Amino acid sequence: MGRATVVLIAWLCIAGVAGWRAASEPALAAGTPAAATDAAMIRHGAELAAVGDCIVCHTAKGGKPFAGGLPIDTPFGTLYSTNITPDAKTGIGSWSLEAFKRAMRRGVSSDGHLLYPAFPYVHFTHMSDEDIGAVYAFMMSRTPIQASAPANELIFPLNFRPVIAVWNLLFLHPGTPVPMSRQQDAQLDRGHYLVDTLGHCAACHSPMNLLGAEKGGKAFDGGVIDGWDAPSLKTLLHAPTPWTREQLTSYLRTGFASEHGAAAGPMLPVTRSLANASESDVEAMAAYVMSMQTSDPAPQLSTAPKANPAANAASLQAGATLFQAACASCHAAHAPMETIGGRPSLSQSTAVNSDSPRNVVRLILDGLPPEGSTPARLMPPFAGMLTDAQIADLARYLRSQYSKESPWPLTAADVAKYRKEKPAP
Amino acid sequence: MITLTVNGESHTLDIDPSTPLLYALRNQLQLHGAKYGCGLGQCGACTVIVGEEPVFSCLMPVAAIGERAVRTIEGLGTIEQPGKLQRAFINQQAAQCGYCIAGMVMRAQALLDRTPWPSDEEIRAHMEPNLCRCGTHMRILAAILEARGASNGSRS
Amino acid sequence: MKPDTLHEEPENAARRRFLTAGSVVVAFTLLPEAASRALAQTTTTEAGTFTASAPDLPGSLKTSPMLDAWIRIDTHGHVTVFTGKAELGTGIRTAFIQIAAEELGVAPSGITLLTADTATTPNEGYTAGSHSVADSGTAIANAAAQVRGLLLQTAAAKLQVDAATLAVQSGAIHAADGRSISFGEAVSGVDLHRQAQPGLPLKDPRTFTIIGQPMQRVDIPGKVTGGASYVQDMRLPNMLHARAVRPPAYGATLASVDIAPVEAMPGVIKVVRDGSYLAVVADDEWRAILAMRALSAAARWNAGPPLPDQATIHETLRRLPAQEITVAGKGAPAAAAAQTLHARFTKPYLTHGSIGPSCALALMEGERMTVWTHTQGVFPLRKGLAEMLSMPPDHVRCVHVEGSGCYGHNGADDVAADAALIARAVPGRPVRVQWMREQEHMWEPFGPAMTTDLTASLDASGQMVDWKCEIWSNTHNNRIENAGRLMPTWALATPLKPAPPKEIPMPEGGGDRNSVPLYRVPNLHVQEHFLPDMPIRVSAMRSLGAYINVFAIESFMDELAAAAHADPVEFRLRHLDDPRARDVIHQAAERFGWKAARGSARQPGQGVGFAFAMYKNLMAYCAIAVEVMVERDTGTVKMERAACAVDCGQIVNPDGARNQVEGGILQSSSWTLFEETTFDTRGITSFEWGSYPILRFSSAPKKVEVDLIDRPGTPFLGVGEASQGPTAAALANAVADAVGMRVRDLPLGRGRVKG
Repeated sequence: MGRATVVLIAWLCIAGVAGWRAASEPALAAGTPAAATDAAMIRHGAELAAVGDCIVCHTAKGGKPFAGGLPIDTPFGTLYSTNITPDAKTGIGSWSLEAFKRAMRRGVSSDGHLLYPAFPYVHFTHMSDEDIGAVYAFMMSRTPIQASAPANELIFPLNFRPVIAVWNLLFLHPGTPVPMSRQQDAQLDRGHYLVDTLGHCAACHSPMNLLGAEKGGKAFDGGVIDGWDAPSLKTLLHAPTPWTREQLTSYLRTGFASEHGAAAGPMLPVTRSLANASESDVEAMAAYVMSMQTSDPAPQLSTAPKANPAANAASLQAGATLFQAACASCHAAHAPMETIGGRPSLSQSTAVNSDSPRNVVRLILDGLPPEGSTPARLMPPFAGMLTDAQIADLARYLRSQYSKESPWPLTAADVAKYRKEKPAP
Repeated sequence: MITLTVNGESHTLDIDPSTPLLYALRNQLQLHGAKYGCGLGQCGACTVIVGEEPVFSCLMPVAAIGERAVRTIEGLGTIEQPGKLQRAFINQQAAQCGYCIAGMVMRAQALLDRTPWPSDEEIRAHMEPNLCRCGTHMRILAAILEARGASNGSRS
Repeated sequence: MKPDTLHEEPENAARRRFLTAGSVVVAFTLLPEAASRALAQTTTTEAGTFTASAPDLPGSLKTSPMLDAWIRIDTHGHVTVFTGKAELGTGIRTAFIQIAAEELGVAPSGITLLTADTATTPNEGYTAGSHSVADSGTAIANAAAQVRGLLLQTAAAKLQVDAATLAVQSGAIHAADGRSISFGEAVSGVDLHRQAQPGLPLKDPRTFTIIGQPMQRVDIPGKVTGGASYVQDMRLPNMLHARAVRPPAYGATLASVDIAPVEAMPGVIKVVRDGSYLAVVADDEWRAILAMRALSAAARWNAGPPLPDQATIHETLRRLPAQEITVAGKGAPAAAAAQTLHARFTKPYLTHGSIGPSCALALMEGERMTVWTHTQGVFPLRKGLAEMLSMPPDHVRCVHVEGSGCYGHNGADDVAADAALIARAVPGRPVRVQWMREQEHMWEPFGPAMTTDLTASLDASGQMVDWKCEIWSNTHNNRIENAGRLMPTWALATPLKPAPPKEIPMPEGGGDRNSVPLYRVPNLHVQEHFLPDMPIRVSAMRSLGAYINVFAIESFMDELAAAAHADPVEFRLRHLDDPRARDVIHQAAERFGWKAARGSARQPGQGVGFAFAMYKNLMAYCAIAVEVMVERDTGTVKMERAACAVDCGQIVNPDGARNQVEGGILQSSSWTLFEETTFDTRGITSFEWGSYPILRFSSAPKKVEVDLIDRPGTPFLGVGEASQGPTAAALANAVADAVGMRVRDLPLGRGRVKG
């Protein structure tokens, strides 16, 4: 039975249960959001919202901040993020603090309908009352924008919201306090709290089960999101230069780590958001992540049958030629990016040293586009310039030149598969 | 030896296979339209069409082109007989120093080839990778709209 | 594009004529001072220092009074017009053709225009400061009118009729009875080698059919169809390709480099090394790039002195030793001050960022060096190169060939020096040197960082009663006074020293440009603290000090208007008497819908702002209104639309003028909202477009409207730089309107209005 069929059957069962349970929640009375006069609370809420990177999901490409409309690809179809500006008609302008809390803790909208768990309320549920209050104050101080998100495009039966009630039964554990660390180190405790609640890092950095929830017992072991590997957060000491708390803090706040490289894919906007968080909070998160490192050696990838050495040599030569023309002006040791820009060699890159070629291929395909007129690390997209076979040659060349790890068994067909994982922007 | 088809003509060039297309065009083939602006894929002054895609020729290895057809601005028309998009750029006087323009035209041509009636938003988003330092953006957009078929033909 | 297609007189004849003019000047300086002053004036503008040998003549005829320096006609009637100015992408090539065609009475297609070439054209100094149409255009107009007059006289004699009965049409002179003489025939009876006469009339502007028309630019069709249009496109027979290897930062010296492996690379002809100066020459461009990479990787450098900290650069600059320049001083401190306001404005270093990095070709043949260059000034460059090479100046020829837009002093002169140095090392073969993107971004002279302080008082009725301005600025004019101003000479084994910087005198000014407001203020004091020490290399960038001074003045006018509870436009009009200034203000306000925009409720983040300036208080009048949208969450400021009105006197080509003004608006919006050159103690860090982002299509406004007010028959007023300063201020005023926050430190975007 194919995987898709299994998933469909699982959901149909849940739908049946949900339909039988007639799950619904009451609507809450509209509140007039108190004109947030407490500037300190708003600032605190801003810093917390930065950790939560609300703006990243709740802003469409080219859209107004927090006004929603960003398409979120899930295995079950496309969802569109909602407008969380304080607009009374199309946003959350008429939501009371109680309604906001209920949404954050239990994934229930003000009018009682259930929110899809693409909104990571399974994490936000562990936030303190004070923090939810501060985020509420911040959200209510934003510019109200009138905008409605497009309709979701989900597979049956997920377009039937009550199924979520059953999902919540399985995967939402409200009220359970986040376990404190055993060390009782204030910074670690703070980091633990932020990572598990607002940061919701495990939501991307963990593998998902068939029902789209984080696999139990596998938190931070790595996941795939929007065609990118979100790497394991527990093997950071296995990098060519082991990560440190300072490097990780810098990476989270600036999108760049001098011993590793630049953030790309979905992590890049997260770092833009974290730049607005308090420095000590981001340090705490980094400290917590560094405390969860395993000392076990990284699992060896089962090596594919070794390719014909002659064919291998030809492929590497082709890759070298491609590199010389297409990559060297930025990525070779003489390149101004390295000599002036202080960028590290590709030998330091997490993507190049990963077991999976997915992120290298994704970067070659998509590049790092300009961010309007904000300073950014730029890389052009090669999706239209190089064929699948050429990208495979190039990626394997990078691996052989810049990594001590075993070669990737990457073929043109694999690259074609990666292309499809994310439609062209 | 590398064989390329450029603007419908086949050329066999005895050059280093790692040569980016831009230099082959400008030096071996005397096609000066595509320009060196950065060599880093950031400005688009070198834009040509390979296959059906607008590409940065400064980063396109000649060895990677294969059978794909290369089209440059010289292939769209001549001074005596400019192509439709070129005529629109002339009509709108969409150039100041003009250095970025060949890249702009090829980038726009790729869009019009694929989408005969792009919206204003689509045009702006599509042209984003190309830089103009003189501030000719409004006229460039007007020229693309004219070639597409503007609703009112005016510049604003 | 080959040099032998250039029209040129035999070299000796040209030189003889030049010396003749020179000797006339020498004779005059022996006269008593008063007389000699009357007969030979020296003026300094941004275009250069000129001694007028014929001070009564208009425009550049003052310094090049011979008619045939400007206009030649061959026996086929083809007209060649010469200008000492260069086409920088502003459209003056077309404008000059229009002027000459109009005054001569020939079709524009019958004219070839030759631009800046030390061998063949008048010396008009630098193409800078928006002087081209006023200086060169005026000379061409007058010379053409006089040539036409002489042809009419000759024709009248030949046809035995009264000159007043003749008509000029399409390159021929027609008598009333139908006989005609072509220009080609008529010119054989005239010796154009004669001095222009003062006071002869030009055509009545009411009869213009070419000047004032939006004639399409003659260079655009070639550029839009891929023709070889730029110095970057030149390919000469037997040409070599070269690349320079620059030090990592100012003052870094070469500790070691093994050049043997680089010289052994395929296609490499030579590695040039002279002290810390390094370059490589190859037979193919890609090979030159590969060799440059290898040479750069092989070089080891000793660091130069540290740069200052960027975070405190303005304080650092303000503490440097200063030469005091009193720009204006009139009146006494007012007694009637009801309110006094004070504000400090700053601008960062700005990068010209020419889209095509600088490039030059040079050829050393025997004792002669020819350089093809996109410099703004072929004559000063020629002098500097000659000094650098220890050659007599007349053995060096500099020919202007278009580059990409330079917006002032970019790498053009420096790369010409690279080309000359390298060409000398491989004599007999043309050498093409192309700067890389990071070389242009890091080594060009930047627009200086500046501070402008303003203090002003209002009386009880809301009139300004006094005004005090202090400016701190490095030089904006680091052009080629001597060979030491050419940056590559700093790396030579015997490094050359640049001549000490001097401020450009008023009324043009440098850092103090546009620091005297046009507004009526009885008491006015303007002081410049001119800072000769330059921790970072700087020079002229489009509008020079006017950019920040107008930004400051016009921002401050809004602050004063608010204190006086007045509408910003009304407050300006209250203090302006010049009717042409008032007209552009009214026109821009009306086009924009200023009253309605100010009167209606703003959408969240929406704001409108206004600004006005007369460039240098001498050149074009410009008023602009803009609408912005501010996103507090991200600190993003977007210009939504702009309406601008300009008065540039007699308009030569309205579309050309409009193109320049629009371009200035968009470019200034990029400077103002996004740009700052970045550096740390080790060197310049904004080395490419990622680290120095500029306006992209996503930030372009929805609509820009430019109205030109036509003033036929009035003097040409330079327009190319007129919109830089006003746009900056209008944006700052619109931001203040949108969010109630006054930003005085540029750039306005980049998080300054986040909240």
